[in-house]
Amino acid sequence: MIERAHVLICSGSMCVSRGAKTLHDEFEEHLTRLGIRDEIKLVNTGCVGLCEQGPFVIVYPEGVFYALVKNKDIKTICEEHLFKGRLVEKLVFDETLTENKDIIAFDEIKFYSKQTRIALRNCGLINPDDIEEYIARDGYRGLGKALLEMTPLEVIEEMLASGLRGRGGGGFPTGLKWKFAYNNKNDQKYIICNADEGDPGAFMDRALLEGDPHSVLEGLMIGGYAIGANKGFIYVRIEYPTAIEKLKTAISQAKELGLLGNNIFGSGFDFDIEIRLGAGAFVCGEETALIASIEGGRGMSRNKPPFPAAKGLWGKPTIINNVETLANIPAILFDGAEKFAKIGTERSKGTKVFSLGGNIMNAGLVEVPMGTTLREVIYEIGGGIPKNKMLKAVQTGGPSGGAIPESMMDMKIEYETLIEAGSMMGSGGMVIIDEDSCMVDICRFYLDFTVEESCGKCTPCREGTKKMLEMLEIISSGEGTLADIDRLEKLAKTVKSSSLCGLGQAAPNPILSMLEHFRPEFESHVVEKVCPGGVCKPLIHFEILDGCIGCTKCATNCPVDCISGSIKQLHSIDTSACIKCGVCKNICPVDAIITI
Amino acid sequence: MKSLDDLKKIRDAAQKKVSMRGKNDGTRILVGMATCGISAGARPVMNKFVEELSNRSLDSVTVTPVGCIGECAIEPIVEVLEGEKRTTYCRVDVRVAERIVKEHIVGGKVVQDYVIGKFRI
Repeated sequence: MIERAHVLICSGSMCVSRGAKTLHDEFEEHLTRLGIRDEIKLVNTGCVGLCEQGPFVIVYPEGVFYALVKNKDIKTICEEHLFKGRLVEKLVFDETLTENKDIIAFDEIKFYSKQTRIALRNCGLINPDDIEEYIARDGYRGLGKALLEMTPLEVIEEMLASGLRGRGGGGFPTGLKWKFAYNNKNDQKYIICNADEGDPGAFMDRALLEGDPHSVLEGLMIGGYAIGANKGFIYVRIEYPTAIEKLKTAISQAKELGLLGNNIFGSGFDFDIEIRLGAGAFVCGEETALIASIEGGRGMSRNKPPFPAAKGLWGKPTIINNVETLANIPAILFDGAEKFAKIGTERSKGTKVFSLGGNIMNAGLVEVPMGTTLREVIYEIGGGIPKNKMLKAVQTGGPSGGAIPESMMDMKIEYETLIEAGSMMGSGGMVIIDEDSCMVDICRFYLDFTVEESCGKCTPCREGTKKMLEMLEIISSGEGTLADIDRLEKLAKTVKSSSLCGLGQAAPNPILSMLEHFRPEFESHVVEKVCPGGVCKPLIHFEILDGCIGCTKCATNCPVDCISGSIKQLHSIDTSACIKCGVCKNICPVDAIITI
Repeated sequence: MKSLDDLKKIRDAAQKKVSMRGKNDGTRILVGMATCGISAGARPVMNKFVEELSNRSLDSVTVTPVGCIGECAIEPIVEVLEGEKRTTYCRVDVRVAERIVKEHIVGGKVVQDYVIGKFRI
């Protein structure tokens, strides 16, 4: 039977963690009960992107976008929308409803209209477990074109012409990288997909693998053909179980159709892909450490050169490309480099996927053309800062990047501009920091992460990150001096210049960029012993303002009972007993509790 | 997968499965599916529309069940919306559904026999 409606259920990890997992079963139950099960197609898709409003259910042909859907809502959607054809207005994502109660297509709302989706072209639109849906969207045609109509060198030239640069953060031209491996003659070469996404706050690669695994496989195959490798590996961390599952399904489906294996499209090209699981060490995202891990060794980086393109996995020429880079490649091959190169700026072509997080309304996954300004991403797509707070900075590149202050928000997003601003593109984590955040504390958070993740092979990184963290702790405790800040800066520069691999070289970036843009904030911690963001516990205390309505909520919820006051009277805090947990401030209905 | 043609075959077949998920600005067929419509046999009619449209690869035409259109006596009622133009059919059965697709949707000619107003009980 041909279905009259398609129900797309977002099954990205974010929606699943918000309860999307049981929605499918719920639909099954109610549609069967209503006797219309075979009229409706249920599709579990990858991440739709607007994670803040998940779980999502999208109903076609109308294209109605239901947000924040719960199990109990499915009954209503089935009975009202699918059975009777009435919109369930209260569940419709409000931005898609006009004043006249008309539905606008969800790709016309602000969150999507500013985006250009190349890497995410299929994410949220197709069932990742069905290869046919990928093929219907012109999947594997780029590969066909490469294998049957182009020589490997022509594929490389096409990549060079597209201007695609590594999306893992480094920004090295992909075509050039491939050319190195192409030129290194060897009987065996390898291509690896780096899916060891480890930055706190980054989830682009996971969403791509979960939502459109075939685009990554196809990219990997095209790369293999270009450099002369017939074996590909996908190195993915075991912390991504759904992504691994989708990849396995995708690989077996591609094999079944003969899109993986011997003599693909009758071209004589053979290719095989194997999944290798990482234990989730941040350093394994670094090329040489990743190779060591695949070889079965401890994940530690080594000196370069030799670069992997010359001597990589088991000593053979190896290319390592990031997930997002690979997902772009089939689109470039199929649509042509010229079309891709038209998007973006002179120096940075195409688009970039960012995972928006932190103090932002529409946390989620966005893909924007290079050259979009940070302000556009934050305010027009991201919907701005919650509670109308002031934007303070944006951290790109996670623990390897830096903070860009509010004054530079009109900067265009490019690899170069971000580096000039003291940050980096990174893999695409974008953490929005509002006025109530403390930069010292954020530095401390990132350093805490790098200390944990340093592999320990080289001294500057192993010892340097630890010492930097200690210095930050001293500063945030209010016991530091101005000399400590200078020492911290000096050490950061030393670690940056003397560490063995990217992890150590980039670990001081948050400190250096925040010192550059927010030095006064560090200084007030040591001179005035004040934390301007009201975060560093040793330097703050809580106070109740006259606005207190005496609702007693704070007193009831205080874990140490240090708040006193009678009903409808101004309350007060005994600061000597207060443990500064912040419960009272968060719970106050009239925002009468402040930190000083 | 022996050739690009094999891939194209799969693609063409698979596109039917996903073509619904795009912008649908085309013609809409509304089938009255309130209790009265359903009891008068609207469900097989709706399914017939879906089937006929799919057979003819009329991807831009969508079929939507709607609530009570009001004239319960002459259900099943079907409306065809083409932009501002609205044509209302009544007493539609699977045979009429096929005619509506063939003569109205494809041929552009309203099936006069079943249009409300023309219909004689």
